[in-house]
Amino acid sequence: MTTSVITPEEIIKTGTVVFKKTENINSVPLSYCPGCGHGVVHRLIMEVVEEMGITADTIGVAPVGCSVLAYEFMNIDMQQAAHGRAPAVATGIKRVFPNKYVFTYQGDGDLAAIGTAETIHACNRGENIVIIFVNNGIYGMTGGQMAPTTLEGMKSSTSPYGRDVHTAGYPLKITEMVAMLPGVCYATRQAVHKPTLVNKTKRAIQKAFENQRDNKGTSIVEVLINCNSGWKMTPEQANIWLEENMAVYFPLGDIKK
Amino acid sequence: MEDVKLMKGNEALAEAAIRAGVDAYFGYPITPQSEVIEYLMAQRPENRTGMVVLQAESEVAAINMVYGAAGAGKKVMTSSSSPGISLKLEGISYIAGAELPCLIVNVMRGGPGLGTIQPSQADYFQAVKGGGHGDYRLIVLAPSTVQEMADFVDKSFKLAFKYRNPVMILADGAIGQMMEKVYLPDAKPRLTDDELIEKYDSWATTGRKNGRKQNIITSLNLKSEKQEVHNLDLQAKYKRIEENETESEEIHCEDADYIMVAFGTSARICQKVIQIGREKGMKLGLIRPITLWPYPSKTIAKYAGKVKGFISVEMNAGQMVEDVRLAVDGKTPVIHYGRMGGMIATPGEVLTAVENHLKTL
Ligand SMILES: Cc1ncc(C[n+]2csc(CCOP(=O)(O)OP(=O)(O)O)c2C)c(N)n1
Ligand code: SF4
Repeated sequence: MTTSVITPEEIIKTGTVVFKKTENINSVPLSYCPGCGHGVVHRLIMEVVEEMGITADTIGVAPVGCSVLAYEFMNIDMQQAAHGRAPAVATGIKRVFPNKYVFTYQGDGDLAAIGTAETIHACNRGENIVIIFVNNGIYGMTGGQMAPTTLEGMKSSTSPYGRDVHTAGYPLKITEMVAMLPGVCYATRQAVHKPTLVNKTKRAIQKAFENQRDNKGTSIVEVLINCNSGWKMTPEQANIWLEENMAVYFPLGDIKK
Repeated sequence: MEDVKLMKGNEALAEAAIRAGVDAYFGYPITPQSEVIEYLMAQRPENRTGMVVLQAESEVAAINMVYGAAGAGKKVMTSSSSPGISLKLEGISYIAGAELPCLIVNVMRGGPGLGTIQPSQADYFQAVKGGGHGDYRLIVLAPSTVQEMADFVDKSFKLAFKYRNPVMILADGAIGQMMEKVYLPDAKPRLTDDELIEKYDSWATTGRKNGRKQNIITSLNLKSEKQEVHNLDLQAKYKRIEENETESEEIHCEDADYIMVAFGTSARICQKVIQIGREKGMKLGLIRPITLWPYPSKTIAKYAGKVKGFISVEMNAGQMVEDVRLAVDGKTPVIHYGRMGGMIATPGEVLTAVENHLKTL
């Protein structure tokens, strides 16, 4: 018995190509939940790297979190780092390869809780790297626990009655914090739940890599994404919730440029 | 021309690192090994060889900087003392899992906790039995002279790159702090990036050139079947290391009827004990493990059943003695003698312990 496989060519009639996947994204299924923003952010970084012609000179660092397998999706040399330690790992790479482009791809738990010291000190040394900070307000990978960025009153598996700021502290605006440091040349907050925002995020990522090319210091690009699984919403509800809540506490736009 | 200097162990190690063509050092100050980073900074290695020396914000950061730079195929090292090594263990486990070559130096002080800044050998278990999580092994070298502090740097990197495995130099505060005459090794240049790519482009993250597959440094295997294969590969590598790299020194063992086993500073003391004992007519010998892992069990086993007894002399509560007992396998009585908390045994004390043991045999 033969099984017939439908080829992409049969589905997509070529001729009027309006979009093509960058070669820097591997042809494997993404492991992310449908509607999750991680995939979009991956694509934007890899497009920027391809368009800048720096694929052979770019090394990525992905620590523990939902995006720990980023190296399976991004077709560049990559290192997987321990939880929170990506800025230190990136420092190690950049210091011995000062002419390469080095970036980290970190979640909020990773960057703003367990890795706070590594984040602040890499930024304070003005490490000439790009930090992509993907903020979904929750610990996605481990099943939706409270993150340092979980909003006040927001429910998670470890704040089942909503985050109580009197016992759990306040949602941390770490991008604003590191923007104060002289080593940071560019700090911005973006989102990818609408096409116009996707384009803006891509421009921000490109600017960050250009800063690294020009030896300007640390660039941090925070991207708000939904974690529809962790938030227990449909992707559509999650995007609306993101806009009405996350983007209010964490306003979009440049913080330092 | 011979380059002979009077140096502290920590300084000799640092100078040897520059001369070994080390690309980067990442560390955080802690007594009794801060001279390593202080010496390196004072030497302006960025001018001498282009070596990077960076004071990290913590031992945690330092070991992860080592991970990153080692993953790039560079020759990198860090050093610390006991409490700092405890902090590095997560990173060391990742380095072992990802099979990265690097050098970690532990100049031991007394513990547990903040303990004391005085010399100790109480991190033996931590160094040779794992320390961090998971089934992994470090190659562990135990210098007992300032000369070996210098010589073991290049030796460590040769082993580290031969097996793509982290190597630890396990010294103690006495070896780090004391000054001795040292013949400094010849300087060799650092690898250029082209040479590095030629040697390590099959695995290191040097950037994915057109046509080559991507290189990934990771210790993660979500599928158990794959992780088990990875573990089996690691175990096979460890077996090769055990077969090929075990090293020890036998001192006056030929005619000995009682053998001491000791490493580092304790081995220095035991050499004095041999001298005093032999003057009194006691036929004492010493086995000094140079590699603590792999352990020279076979060398010890040669004498099991032949001598009257063994004593393991250590600056701890009795850690290596377990490996001596495993090697002796019940054929001969084995005891331990140790001081703790930064105290160092005198040769007289050790000799008394030996005499008391001999009376019971
Ligand atoms: C030392 C350590 N502690 C805890 C964990 C478990 N852990 C894995 S991912 C994670 C949280 C990840 O959250 P975040 O960084 O926000 O990324 P996301 O998964 O939401 O994208 C935790 C706690 C770990 N892997 N290592
Ligand atoms: S758990 Fe959340 S962050 Fe992780 S893939 Fe799913 S939606 Fe994305």
